[in-house]
Amino acid sequence: MSDPNSQKIPDDIAKMSFEEALKELEQIVEKLDSGQVDLDQSIEIYTRGSHLKQHCDAKLRNAQERVDKIVGRNGALSTEPADIE
Amino acid sequence: MSENLSSGSSNIHEYTVSELSGALKRTVEDVFGHVRVRAEISGLKRAASGHVYLTLKDDKAVLDGVMWRGTADRLSFRPEDGLEVICTGKLTTYPGRSKYQIVIEAMEPVGVGALMALLEERKKKLAAEGLFDPARKRPLPYLPSVIGVVTSPTGAVIRDILHRLRDRFPVHVLLWPVLVQGETAAGQIAAAIRGFNALPENSDIPRPDLLIVARGGGSLEDLWAFNEEEVVRATAESAIPLISAVGHETDTTLIDFASDQRAPTPTAAAEIAVPVRAELIAYVDDQERRIKRSLNRSLVDKRERLAGLSRGLRDPASLIAERVQHLDHLESRLRQSVVGNLNFKLQLYTGAAAKLRPQLLDRSLQQYREKMIVIDRQMARSIGIKQERAGDRLNSAVRLLESLSFRRVLKRGYSIVWDETGKPISSIKEATAGKSVDVEFADGKSAAVFADGSQMGGKSPPPKPKAKKTSPQSKQGRLL
Repeated sequence: MSDPNSQKIPDDIAKMSFEEALKELEQIVEKLDSGQVDLDQSIEIYTRGSHLKQHCDAKLRNAQERVDKIVGRNGALSTEPADIE
Repeated sequence: MSENLSSGSSNIHEYTVSELSGALKRTVEDVFGHVRVRAEISGLKRAASGHVYLTLKDDKAVLDGVMWRGTADRLSFRPEDGLEVICTGKLTTYPGRSKYQIVIEAMEPVGVGALMALLEERKKKLAAEGLFDPARKRPLPYLPSVIGVVTSPTGAVIRDILHRLRDRFPVHVLLWPVLVQGETAAGQIAAAIRGFNALPENSDIPRPDLLIVARGGGSLEDLWAFNEEEVVRATAESAIPLISAVGHETDTTLIDFASDQRAPTPTAAAEIAVPVRAELIAYVDDQERRIKRSLNRSLVDKRERLAGLSRGLRDPASLIAERVQHLDHLESRLRQSVVGNLNFKLQLYTGAAAKLRPQLLDRSLQQYREKMIVIDRQMARSIGIKQERAGDRLNSAVRLLESLSFRRVLKRGYSIVWDETGKPISSIKEATAGKSVDVEFADGKSAAVFADGSQMGGKSPPPKPKAKKTSPQSKQGRLL
């Protein structure tokens, strides 16, 4: 999505887990596919669908590998990068 | 006596207690410097120092034992009360308490059977507590963002897990390094599980949303830490969903019953933990395409419906015009059909009239006439034939008649007597005297009168035959 809406993802979507967002996205697809949605509503849920898609996309594409290990010093825990290989 | 006794005792070396205890210690350690003893463990205690104190016993005797921390940590299993073991070590004494004990340098369970029996018993006990209850199991997150891994920081296991995670879906991994074997392993593993669960929500260390507890393959004893009660309990209590991946596919440890999901290998645990990112990206893209397509289709549909409806709404007059047109059409059809019907009838009439020509009659008259001529000829022919045949029959009948005629009899000489009325007289009684009669002969008639009867008496018989022959003659005469 490159439209100007793309910046402002609604808060409720931003808080969603990937799975929740994906599930709602699938429901929207099903709803629109059925053709049983009136016009105003279909534009509304289309917009929501594209926000959900952005959110899912961000969750997928922003994932990066990072490996830390837990270190306990004097009873306090901290992490440091783990060099496994 | 007492002197004897005292002098006698004075011959024996007199030890101080310490000396004697020391001598005893040396002797015991010398003679029993390396022994193997088979026994059942009882009264096992783990001190804060990490040393383990226990009693070895059989049915008649007991022997105190101690296992220093270093030894205990190296054990491949965790000793406990009731377990039958073979200990290797040295005997030593503890002079301060007048005790002796065995310092255990190695310990192994007596046979795998013993461990298995122990395992079964513990499994039953923990199951009875409901720790393995399916209702306790939490669903794994679909896409964890932080995965806590409890395993050894060295070795293939952590590398396998990280590799597979990288292939599928790179995530943030928090490794909690633990020993996975030895006396302290179970405690460390349980502490790590609890430690991850205890991480506060908003700390510097992100709280994992999935845990993997893993170890590579090994013997039953090697994997023993994962059968320990404290590990099983920590696993069952973990609020964070937990995947256990201990040993190979065929190894089952008690942690597998308490975990939310058991993975056959550490690599499999990584596969269970995360989906394949590339597939998900493709799937999400596809969902978006479907949304766009559906929306477009829906818009096109609605536009078409709108156009269709507005066509219907645009001109109410056209509706009326249409009706009017229809009416006109019906009217013209009505007219056409009346005229058409007339025309049709007219055509039928004309057709019929055209067929009514005098020639038709002439022709049949002619035909009848010809037929009559034919019939006439046939009749003339038939009648001719019939006349001919009748003539023949007549002739033959005439000939027959002639042959039978009384006139021929007349030729032979007989006569017929006729009365006045023309009847033949065949009896004598009629032949009264004086009566006028005609007598016929073959060649003509002659009038006569009967004479007196007495004179003519002898002559009466001859008329008889004559009379007899009159009836055919009269008949024939009348016929003719």
